Amino acid sequence: MTTFLQQLVNGISLGSIYALIALGYTMVYGVLRLINFAHGDVYMLGAYAGYYLSRKLKGDEPSLASALLVMLGAMLTCALVGVIIERFAYRPVRRAARLTLLIMAIGVSLFIENAAQLVFGPDPKFFPSLAPRADFRVGGVRLTSEQLTVIAVSFLLMLLLRFFILKTRTGKAMRAVSFYLDTAKLMGISTDKIIAITFALGSALAAAAGVLIGMQIPKIDPLMGILYGLKAFVAAVLGGIGNVPGAVIGGLLIGTSEVMVVGYLSSTFRDAIAFGILILVLLLRPQGILGRAQKEKV
Amino acid sequence: MKSRVLRAGLLIAAVVAFPIACRRGGGDEILVGEYGSLTGTTATFGQSTNNAIQMAFDEINSAGGLLGKKVRVAVEDDQSKPEEAATAVTKLINQNHVVAMLGEVSSSRSLAAAPICQANGVPMISPSSTNPRVTQVGDYIFRVCFIDPFQAEVGARIAWEILKVKKVAILSDVRNDYSVGLQTFFRQHFKGFGGEIVAEQSYSEGDSDFRAQLTQIKSANPEAIYVPGYYTEVATIARQARELGIAVPLIGGDGWDSPRLWEIGGEALNGCYFSNHYSVDDPSPAVQKFVADYKKRYNQTPDALAALGYDAARILADAMKRAGTTKGDKVRNALLATKDFPGVTGTITINKERNAVKPAVVLKIENGKFVYMTTVKPTGT
Repeated sequence: MTTFLQQLVNGISLGSIYALIALGYTMVYGVLRLINFAHGDVYMLGAYAGYYLSRKLKGDEPSLASALLVMLGAMLTCALVGVIIERFAYRPVRRAARLTLLIMAIGVSLFIENAAQLVFGPDPKFFPSLAPRADFRVGGVRLTSEQLTVIAVSFLLMLLLRFFILKTRTGKAMRAVSFYLDTAKLMGISTDKIIAITFALGSALAAAAGVLIGMQIPKIDPLMGILYGLKAFVAAVLGGIGNVPGAVIGGLLIGTSEVMVVGYLSSTFRDAIAFGILILVLLLRPQGILGRAQKEKV
Repeated sequence: MKSRVLRAGLLIAAVVAFPIACRRGGGDEILVGEYGSLTGTTATFGQSTNNAIQMAFDEINSAGGLLGKKVRVAVEDDQSKPEEAATAVTKLINQNHVVAMLGEVSSSRSLAAAPICQANGVPMISPSSTNPRVTQVGDYIFRVCFIDPFQAEVGARIAWEILKVKKVAILSDVRNDYSVGLQTFFRQHFKGFGGEIVAEQSYSEGDSDFRAQLTQIKSANPEAIYVPGYYTEVATIARQARELGIAVPLIGGDGWDSPRLWEIGGEALNGCYFSNHYSVDDPSPAVQKFVADYKKRYNQTPDALAALGYDAARILADAMKRAGTTKGDKVRNALLATKDFPGVTGTITINKERNAVKPAVVLKIENGKFVYMTTVKPTGT
């Protein structure tokens, strides 16, 4: 039983990371109907931004303040990266066919991956400890402070996002844009600005996920975004793409089922499970768990 | 318009001239190919090997060269990926026209490259691939290190005789021929001693989250864990194991040998053991001279992969000297006749399976130092 509970904790902390990344996919899909394949790579850039920032701050003892600074710095950096990607890669082709946009996304993703190998070097890097660490024991289950931080920070960020989308003017505008882009424009909403904000927010969340994984694992490398990105994408589809709470549920489900499969079956199936779920969802409930079935817009 | 035509013409000329310019060599130098992981997850393996090979050839050149010529090594990076290893040797053979090949450390990468060397009749010496299948590829493929059935036996002896434990768990890399080989042979030997394997879990090279596997291993209460992997994953596993409250020692093989192991894993590795090809603490003059020369040149302590790279390069040169030529089949025959070669990693004799037969050492990790414990001789010698 303790083993099962321990696996559950492992699964939730991995799932929170997927959830944070999945939010970016789902938000961008919501406003642009675009699968932003470069999103996983923004997550990787977030991890690297965190790595270099924490190296800069090194010398100080690990403290909560420096951890917070690293996190915010990485989020800000990636928000900027997200805006740049949107402005220079997606906006010029936004009015083109959907396929053009998709191919652009794949191109941006490949560009970032290979540029990162050139700039950072293909060797994996290892995060220094950011925050003072401690272990907690509940029954036989061990919770490291890193795992707790991952879970707590993810949920805090998701709540903030939910508040932002539901309660603020900009959030309202975002929902309007995701409903009908052209109508929103007619109503006087600056759609360009809203789309840029969406990219900034999604990318900042991905950066947070990158820093959190760096604290927990602690290995990062330039290609780490590919698999995490794909799994987070599956999580977004599972929850119902375009649906914010759905992305969170999808992420947690994928993370937990992955850990359980590795623990109780075999690590060989680790990646198979996520994509197996994707196939099942597409066959049985293509709109995802929380998604509403949509008639094709004509 | 005119300049565009001109530019296109120049480009075509350059493309045509490039392979011709590359075809040189063979004149007053002997060109040996080397492929290795200069970057990627096992970067230190390739770098150490490359450093030592360069050093060996420089020593040969300054002592008058080989067959009246200078030896030069053409290096290709395979980024720690098997498919890149195949590309690298293809390029070295077809474009650089190397006469012999040195590489790789990783068995999976040697296995990807060996068939290409075999098909082209280019003798290949792997300095440190320990999986038995590597030299089974064909009669042009050699190695200068011991093989995994023996290394796994040493691992089993560490558990049974040094740690005196009876219940061991195994965590291996399923996508790595080296790791899977060690896992199989370790299980055989340890059970043969009367021990029990209480859990077997696996991961894939490049994974970074091992908590699920370790949680499962913890519930089986082993007294030691055999982790036959490479240093990046091993060090991460050690850290995550300690975080989950697993305090038992880890045991491993020569894939652990890297200065980065301690850098990544730190204190989590204290009290862990691994089998290796040589120890820098070996007082024999050959080892001490090599360690001193290497330190002077590169300002770091040579790991076993450096020592084996050095031996591989010198055995190749020795075979070419005895053959009196660099022709592939003649060099191959000379390599096969290698007997009692005084290497840094022990006296090397190549047997008819083209493997080296030699002892292994057991090292214990104590505060960042690899402390020599004992030497295990292969049975039957």
